[in-house]
Amino acid sequence: MNTTFRLQLMLCTGTGCVSAGAFRIMDVLDKELKKHNLETEVQIVPTGCNGFCAQGPILVVHPDGIFYNLLTEKDIPYLVEEHFLKGRPVKKFMFTPPDKKEPIPLMKNIGFFSKQRLIALRNRGLIDPEKIDEYIARDGYFALSKVLTEMKPEEVIEEVKKSGLRGRGGAGFPTGKKWEICRGEIIRQKKSGYIVCNGDEGDPGAFMDRSIIESDPHSVLEGMIIGAYAIGAKHGYVYIRNEYPLAVKRMQIAIEQAREYGLLGENILGTDFSFDVSIQKGAGAFVCGEETSLIASLEGKPPEPRQRPPFPAQYGIWGHPTNINNVETWATVPVILARGSRWFSSIGTETSKGTKVFSLVGKVNNTGLVEVPMGITLREIIYDIGGGIQNNKKFKAVQTGGPSGGCIPASLLDLPIDYEKLTEVGSMMGSGGMIVMDEDTCMVDVAKFFLEFLKGESCGKCTSCREGIEALYDILDKICKGEGEESDLVALEELAPAIKDASLCGLGKTAPNPVLSTLRYFKDEYIAHIKEKKCPAGVCKELITYYIIEEKCTGCGLCVKNCPSDAISGEKKKPHKIDAEKCIKCGVCFEVCKFNAIERR
Amino acid sequence: MPKLKPEDLKRIREEMKKTISLRHGEGKAKIIVHMGTCGIAAGARNVLSALLKAMGEKDIKDVIVTTSGCAGLCSREPMATVEIKGQAPVKYIDLNEEKIVKILEEHVVKGNIVKEYALAIGSEQEP
Repeated sequence: MNTTFRLQLMLCTGTGCVSAGAFRIMDVLDKELKKHNLETEVQIVPTGCNGFCAQGPILVVHPDGIFYNLLTEKDIPYLVEEHFLKGRPVKKFMFTPPDKKEPIPLMKNIGFFSKQRLIALRNRGLIDPEKIDEYIARDGYFALSKVLTEMKPEEVIEEVKKSGLRGRGGAGFPTGKKWEICRGEIIRQKKSGYIVCNGDEGDPGAFMDRSIIESDPHSVLEGMIIGAYAIGAKHGYVYIRNEYPLAVKRMQIAIEQAREYGLLGENILGTDFSFDVSIQKGAGAFVCGEETSLIASLEGKPPEPRQRPPFPAQYGIWGHPTNINNVETWATVPVILARGSRWFSSIGTETSKGTKVFSLVGKVNNTGLVEVPMGITLREIIYDIGGGIQNNKKFKAVQTGGPSGGCIPASLLDLPIDYEKLTEVGSMMGSGGMIVMDEDTCMVDVAKFFLEFLKGESCGKCTSCREGIEALYDILDKICKGEGEESDLVALEELAPAIKDASLCGLGKTAPNPVLSTLRYFKDEYIAHIKEKKCPAGVCKELITYYIIEEKCTGCGLCVKNCPSDAISGEKKKPHKIDAEKCIKCGVCFEVCKFNAIERR
Repeated sequence: MPKLKPEDLKRIREEMKKTISLRHGEGKAKIIVHMGTCGIAAGARNVLSALLKAMGEKDIKDVIVTTSGCAGLCSREPMATVEIKGQAPVKYIDLNEEKIVKILEEHVVKGNIVKEYALAIGSEQEP
């Protein structure tokens, strides 16, 4: 029977919402809809990541666009009966901004969404990623059809060049130019070429690529097929890290559906162009962000970078010309071909066109995935979209570009974001991680965290990277422990450029960035650690002591009850004392005290 | 499934339109069935079911069906409001399964208001 659904329930089934229970909610929804005989009127549509991950599980109800968040299984029976049966939207499940009392019913009116501009994420939350027909319904594969029937490969490259699209994986190399070089090599060497989609997202706190594949795998595939036609490649690899099982599964389904429809394989859309794609699962190594390492991994070798030139476009997989682009770059390509380079290049700044997806995480109220036009300021992202800092704390810095990037201080909040501007201030675009830090974050500790990550991820080929990062880390660790000397700062400043200069690949070349950028903007914190043996943010355990302020202590005994090391004592209803010998500086007393009587110095 | 040709993409997009347009909140018309307690007691649920069934059978696209609470005139339930893009909304009263199907065919599809079932044209004023 041809049914007409009056309501569609777009249930976010991105990894974030799934881990918050989205699939269990789907089961209860299904059961409750059947109980009220609504299964032919109300349709459940599992979608990819909605973006507002902090509020998951998320359900958006169309046609009205009502946004429900933080749902649990036990909310569902009431929601189904009230809204879906009786037609009364339920206020208590709607989103209320932290500074407001009234909820906002419609998704489009929520600040987190209203400032975003979606190109790479154009279909997020609007289609079921496991159904190719829904992608086609949103003009999917029409750009491919236009390219294959109306355009020559050179014209496609020209259009991408004119659009100003630059690689979204980090370095920002012009995509059209990259394609042109690879096409030239395929023709010159008379060899078959490969294209690769790099989905080996490895930055801590970044999940752009995963979300794009999970919510719209066909957009990536369509971009790749267009790229293959322009470059002249016969086979493509989608390299996805194995830790992304849902992304791997959805990409696999998408490839099978595209093959069935003849959008992959021999004679695509009835033309004489043939191309196919396979998935390669990566073991999750950060060094695979380096193209030559990724190629080695694809060939089944350890992911170690090699000397360039020859560049991958000249000598890539199995010695064939190879073009690698990031997930977000591929997903953007179809829109450029569909709407034209002029439209795309009208968005953004002089040097950086279009939009960029960021994963906004850390101490902001609205963590999640955001896509914004280039040139937007950090302030707009953090305050308008991100809803400001949690618990009304003070903003301290934002870390962009992952471990290879740097920390940007509050004085630069009005910086318009593009590739060049971020590099100028000592950070980088990177793949789009954005970690917001508040006054309780110690910048030396942050640098140490990233160096610890890089220490484990360095492949070990270059001594400068392998030993240099270790040495940087040891110095930072020493400073955090209160054992730092003034000469350590000199050592950091000398080591950093040496590591940059002597390392072969991007990992080593950028590894000192977290240290350099924090030294540049937060040197006073380093000095406080070294000279005064104090951690201003109160993070580094060895440098802090907990005290009880006698005038404020009521002697309630709550801290005594919670202290795991029996370090607090005192008579009932009289001020208590902390025994510094026994105190393990866990901070539990600080958190449980209702009278702010515990001080951290 | 046979391999697609460029024209097949257009066919699939057209077939999927009904599914997708709902997500954009778009449609040339919107039918609101009032489902307050009074409406449900008077048979609004059957009216809604009949409407959806008819839309499925006639393969009507671009029309959004939604529900809302009591319209305020409980004695004349079941009620429905029809909103055609660019026109004033029309409220219908004392509905049943046959009447709503006729409203769908005459008013929504052909554009002729079914006067004998209508209460009034227009809506209450905004505060």
